[in-house]
Amino acid sequence: MELVCPAGTPAALRAAIGAGADAVYCGFSDETNARNFPGLNFSREEMGESIAYAHAEKAKVLVAINTFPRAGATAIWRRAVDDAVDLGADALIVADIGLLDYVARTHPHQRLHLSVQAAAANPDSIQFYVDNFAVRRVVLPRVLSVAEIAAINLDASCETEVFVFGGLCVMAEGRCSLSSYATGQSPNMHGVCSPASHVSYRQEGDALVSRLGDFTINRFAADEPAPYPTLCKGRFSTKSGSGYIFEDPASLDAAALLPALRDAGVTALKIEGRQRSRAYIEGVVRAFREALEALDSGRPIVTSGLARMTEGQTTTSGAYRKSWR
Amino acid sequence: MRLTLGPVLFHWGPQVWRDFYFRIADEAPVDAVVVGEVVCSKRAPFYGDVFPDVIERLAAAGKDVILASLALATLPRERRQMAELAGNGLFMVEANDVACLQHLAKRPHAIGPLVNVYNEATAAFFARQGARRICLPPELPLQSIAAIAQSEPNVLTEVFAFGNVPLAISARCYHARLHKLAKDNCRFVCGNDPDGLAVDTLDGERFLAINGVQTLSHTCASLLGDIPDLAAAGVGALRLSPQLCDMAAVALVFRDVMDGACEAGHGHELLAAVYPEARFTNGFARGMAGAEYV
Repeated sequence: MELVCPAGTPAALRAAIGAGADAVYCGFSDETNARNFPGLNFSREEMGESIAYAHAEKAKVLVAINTFPRAGATAIWRRAVDDAVDLGADALIVADIGLLDYVARTHPHQRLHLSVQAAAANPDSIQFYVDNFAVRRVVLPRVLSVAEIAAINLDASCETEVFVFGGLCVMAEGRCSLSSYATGQSPNMHGVCSPASHVSYRQEGDALVSRLGDFTINRFAADEPAPYPTLCKGRFSTKSGSGYIFEDPASLDAAALLPALRDAGVTALKIEGRQRSRAYIEGVVRAFREALEALDSGRPIVTSGLARMTEGQTTTSGAYRKSWR
Repeated sequence: MRLTLGPVLFHWGPQVWRDFYFRIADEAPVDAVVVGEVVCSKRAPFYGDVFPDVIERLAAAGKDVILASLALATLPRERRQMAELAGNGLFMVEANDVACLQHLAKRPHAIGPLVNVYNEATAAFFARQGARRICLPPELPLQSIAAIAQSEPNVLTEVFAFGNVPLAISARCYHARLHKLAKDNCRFVCGNDPDGLAVDTLDGERFLAINGVQTLSHTCASLLGDIPDLAAAGVGALRLSPQLCDMAAVALVFRDVMDGACEAGHGHELLAAVYPEARFTNGFARGMAGAEYV
C-alpha cells in the first residue's frame, strides 16, 4: 500500500519523504485548498522546487485543489489547476464537480484523485466520478467500515485511499456547514473549519470556557486538558443528556487495522495533518513506514510510537470498526 | 417566483405525515411539493402505505410532485432504493446524493440542496446532464446565488428560504448515540422530537437541532425580507422546509409577500405568530455567519 503524507511547508515535505512517504499531498497558499491556514502551504515557486525534490527522491506530489470554487471567481481555481499541471504534479486532488469537469476537458492526461471533500461513500457515487471525469483514485470519507470499504473495492473501477491517522471528521466531509453557521467561514468555501480567528477563551472562576464565534463550545475544569474547540467535538446539552453529543475529541488511529485494510483492497493510506509540525509529520510517517514494513514481512505491527503523537488525546478506529452500527 | 415545499426532514409517523400533506394539497399556495425520506432509510417503510395516497392527493391538487432521494447512501439496500426511485417513470426525482445522478443522467431531474453546487461551472455540468431545477446549498451567499442563477437561465434556481437549516449529515445517528442505542436497534427515538432535538451550549443558549443522522440549525431561516434581492438575482423558486407549525399559513405569508400583497415587515410579524418558537435568521444569504439575522 502507498503511504500518502501531508505537508504544509516545503520543509515538512522533505521531512515526510525522508521518513518514508511514497507520496506527499500539499496545496497552494490560498483559498483553493482545504487547509487554508495562515503561514501554511506553498507558493508557486515552492511547489515547483518541492516537486523537483520529490521526483529526485522517487516520491510523488499530489496537489490538493479541493475547496468548492466561489461562483463568479472560478478562474482562481482554474489557474491553480493549470499551474499544478505545469509544475509537474503527479495528481490533482479535486472535489468540485465543475472543477473536475474543467480538469477532465482541459488536461485529459492529468491524473485526477477525488478528494474526501466530495464524500463519495458508495460505488454509485464513485462510478459517477469515474465515468464523467476519469477519476483514477477516490479518497474515501471517514464514515465507512472496513467491510464497506472491501465491498466498494469489489465494485469500484478505480483505486481507493483511506485515512489512517490524524483528525477525524464525524460528519460526511464536504457536506458540513456547522463551522460557517457559527463563524461565516466554512471548509467548502474558505478551506477552514472552526477557524482560530474566531476562537476565544475566557476564565470563569476555576473553569476555562472555549468559544467559537458567539457560541460556547466547551467548559473545562482546572485539571482538565482543553482541546481545540472544533465545533463537532464540543460539549453541549440536550433534554436527553449532555456531553460530547457528536464525538469525543479523539483522533483517528487505524494502524492496528492495516492488515484488514490491505485485505479490503485499499491502494493507499493517508495521514491527515497538513497543519502539523515537521517533527510531528516525521514521527508519524516513520511509524507508519515501519508498520508497513512489518506488515509486508509478516511481523506484528507495533504502534506504541504513535501514542506520543496524539498529544494526550484519546484515539479511535473511527467508523472502520463501526461499533455503533 | 414560485414556491416549493421541501420534504419533511423529521420522523413524524405515517398518520401525522399523511394529514400534513392532505392539508398542503388542499390549502397551501405552493407550486411544487418534494416528498420522500431524505434523512434515514430506516424510516421509509413507515410511510410506504400512505405514500401513494399522498402523491395522488398532491397531484390531483395540481402540485408538481417531486420525489426526494436519500442524502447519504452507504448500504446496498439504500443504493437499490435510490435506483428504484430514479426509475419510477412518473415523477421527477430530486437527487440529494451524487449516487442518485448515476441513474438520472440524460433525463429531466432536480438537484437537491444537499448536493454541492457552489458555482456556475457545476450548475452548467448538471444542466448538461438534464437537471431542470437546482435547489442551492443553504450556506451560499446572495452573490453566489446570483452568479449561478444568471448563468443558467433555463434551469429553475431555488433557494432554501424557510425552516431549520440542514447543516450536516453523518453515517452516525446522534439520536441513537444520546440514548445509548446502536443505530440498527434505535427504537426510532428520533420520532420523539418532531421538530428536532434542541442542542444548547453549556451556557444554555439554543444552538443546533439533532434529527437522527442529520444536524440542523436551531434557528429557522427566513428569507422573507430578502425576496426582492433574490428575485433580482434571478432566483426562480423559494423552498419552505416543513417545521412543526402551520406550513399552509407559512406558505400563504410567503406567497403574499412575493406577490406584493403584503409588506415584508408585516409578513415577518405574521410568520412569528404562526411559528412562535422560532428565532429567524438569514445570515448565510447575507454572507455572514448562518446564525445571524439582518
